[in-house]
Amino acid sequence: MTDNSFVRTESHPDLPPPVRHTGIIRWMRQNLFSSWFNTFLTISSLYLLYRIVPPFLEWAIFSADLSGSTYQDCTSGGACWAMVRVRFDQFMYGFFPTTERWRVDIGFLLLFATAIPLMIDGIPGKKYLAIFVFAIYPFVAFLLFHGGFGLEIVDTAQWGGLMLTLVLATVTIVVSLPLGILFALGRRSEMPIIRMICIGFIELWRGVPLITVLFMGSVMLPLFLPPGTNFDKILRTLIVMALFAAAYMAEVVRGGLQAIPKGQYEAAQAMGLSYWKTMGLIILPQALKIVIPGIVNTFIALFKDTTLVLVIGLLDFLSIIQSATTHKNWLGTSTEGYVFAAAVYWIFCFSMSRYSIRLERKLDTGHRN
Amino acid sequence: MALGSDTQGTAPRPSFWNDPNKRSIIYQGIVVLIFVGLAAYFVNNTADNLEQRGIASGLSFLSAPAGFDVGMSPFLTYDASTATHGTVLIVGILNTLLVAITGIVLATIIGFIFGVLRLSPNWIVSKLCYWYIEILRNIPLLLQLLFWYFAVLGTLPSKRDSISLFDLFFLNIEGMFGPLPVPQDGFWMIGLGLVIAIAAIIVIKNWARKRQDETGQIFPVFWTSLALLIIIPFIAAAIAGFPLEFEHPQKNRFGLRGGMIILPEFAALVLGLSLYTSAFIAEIVRSGILAVSHGQSEAAYALGLRPGLTMRLVVIPQALRVIVPPLTSQYLNLTKNSSLAVAIGGAEIVAIFAGTSLNQAGQAIEIIAITMAFYLTVSLLISLFMNWYNNKIALVER
Repeated sequence: MTDNSFVRTESHPDLPPPVRHTGIIRWMRQNLFSSWFNTFLTISSLYLLYRIVPPFLEWAIFSADLSGSTYQDCTSGGACWAMVRVRFDQFMYGFFPTTERWRVDIGFLLLFATAIPLMIDGIPGKKYLAIFVFAIYPFVAFLLFHGGFGLEIVDTAQWGGLMLTLVLATVTIVVSLPLGILFALGRRSEMPIIRMICIGFIELWRGVPLITVLFMGSVMLPLFLPPGTNFDKILRTLIVMALFAAAYMAEVVRGGLQAIPKGQYEAAQAMGLSYWKTMGLIILPQALKIVIPGIVNTFIALFKDTTLVLVIGLLDFLSIIQSATTHKNWLGTSTEGYVFAAAVYWIFCFSMSRYSIRLERKLDTGHRN
Repeated sequence: MALGSDTQGTAPRPSFWNDPNKRSIIYQGIVVLIFVGLAAYFVNNTADNLEQRGIASGLSFLSAPAGFDVGMSPFLTYDASTATHGTVLIVGILNTLLVAITGIVLATIIGFIFGVLRLSPNWIVSKLCYWYIEILRNIPLLLQLLFWYFAVLGTLPSKRDSISLFDLFFLNIEGMFGPLPVPQDGFWMIGLGLVIAIAAIIVIKNWARKRQDETGQIFPVFWTSLALLIIIPFIAAAIAGFPLEFEHPQKNRFGLRGGMIILPEFAALVLGLSLYTSAFIAEIVRSGILAVSHGQSEAAYALGLRPGLTMRLVVIPQALRVIVPPLTSQYLNLTKNSSLAVAIGGAEIVAIFAGTSLNQAGQAIEIIAITMAFYLTVSLLISLFMNWYNNKIALVER
């Protein structure tokens, strides 16, 4: 035994892993440069980003013009947001009289204040909120937007902009949901004639493009009514859009009805419930809950489809922006107009699709049947 | 109905109002009455309206002269001075089909590429694809079409200073011009060569499969087929003396004339439609591939299959079963969405027939009905074809 002998009494602390296997470097090696092909993809993506993002930011933010009253005032070479700024009120309200615009604000605030809590978990009294949104709110909104009972009447020809887009989308969805449920029930009915009529209706509307349906509303619908009846263009559009959406809604609801196990129907029958009680108390509450994501997706599609009314000359959000960019003061601002419109539509649709995905995850309990 | 009372002799007969069979007959009778009543009401009103406005009905307008130019008619010589509304209808149908088929092919290719890249282990690529998909599918298609048409293609140079590529292709505000292949005498030889090549490929494929079953040896069918497909028509062309000439666009005082031209309306429509639909297809492809459980590819590797073969023989056939049904509805959507050409002045059925012809002939009911019937037929045909394909690839269970 010598003095310089060394016996370890405790274990040496772990060495840190090699630099190449930790932190950001490991992450980059695994995710970006794992093979030559991956490296190639990474480098080309970075190059693509470099070619797209800085020029876009330069155009949209750093060298953009915010003030001015014609396109000639925009001199810095970037986006001419002055156009959006000058026309902003028109984009929102169309030609709604300036003194009455508070009514539109209140109407939509009321909608958001009641519809958004419906989407959040754990808020009490959802049943009453839903009844309000689907049964009472439409009348309140009609009163606010159109007038009557002491409020000045605003002709629907003056409606436009984002307000018209939201009106079209909301009314269509509120009307098409109950209609769609009826058609879905009809399609699964045991009465052959009712089933055939419902199938015919659903497939007819789903087989044709919305534009032909809108044309039908604007040129054919007036012919169907007694000579001399002349009714509102927006109302005609709403009717055909609601019927169109109802066909899609019916297929969504049918998906939910088919997902309910047969035992539920049989149990309800065994309890002696009538058809409507079976449906209203047992089947539909379960089926509708499953198809909420599908309904939201239909709503997103519908929201995007409201832009098609441009073709029949209604001034919705896209259409009013389009006409602003062709005004002689603002010729040359079409890119700005479309980018602004795209941003607004995108925010609406993207947030709704996030909501629908979250719902799907919540409802998906991991069970298959 | 299982509730039927005749099956059990002892059960009491329900009263007349509570018998489900009788009820169902009554309900259906009421529905039929309402339906027929409404239809009669509409028909009656329509007849009155038409009489009042002095609009003739019937299909005779189809042979009346149209007298307007349609802009694009690649399959049919269209002469504005002699064309009838019937010609307009046919041109519209052909153009719609051209847009739909081009769009479907492009959208499928782009969609599959982005769907696969979205699953890439490469973080940047996967995120880029995510944003591509989310941006394109959350912006209305009409807005995208207007953007491509007015904001992108509208900024192309005027016809005086068109962008030229090798002096073969020219790009300006009037469209893209390129050489048009014109088949000469003896062009049928190339077609014959193609037919022979395809026949040979089928024979080789069957022989290769048989040989693999018997001996286990794999024959490189793909590369042989590719070689045959190129070599045989080439030999045929050489024998016939290369019977294909190109008509090049010529510059004259009014711009470029002749050759092959892709109009900006068509380009914007196809571009917008295929990019928009590709975003949806990418999501479908992604979920289809994710739906194949990981164990499947692991099992294939354990059997010694190479990654390429695993993908082709194990993963893709199973993913297709999930992919095809939603893909069908995307194809249908694309076809129906081609009607948006009306907003950018395209030349398909809704724009020229349900638009211009309707304004000129004024026969709204017939024209809208014909247009709708056309779309219904196309929808039905696509559904039938995709259902057949779906049945072909469906899981065959015992």
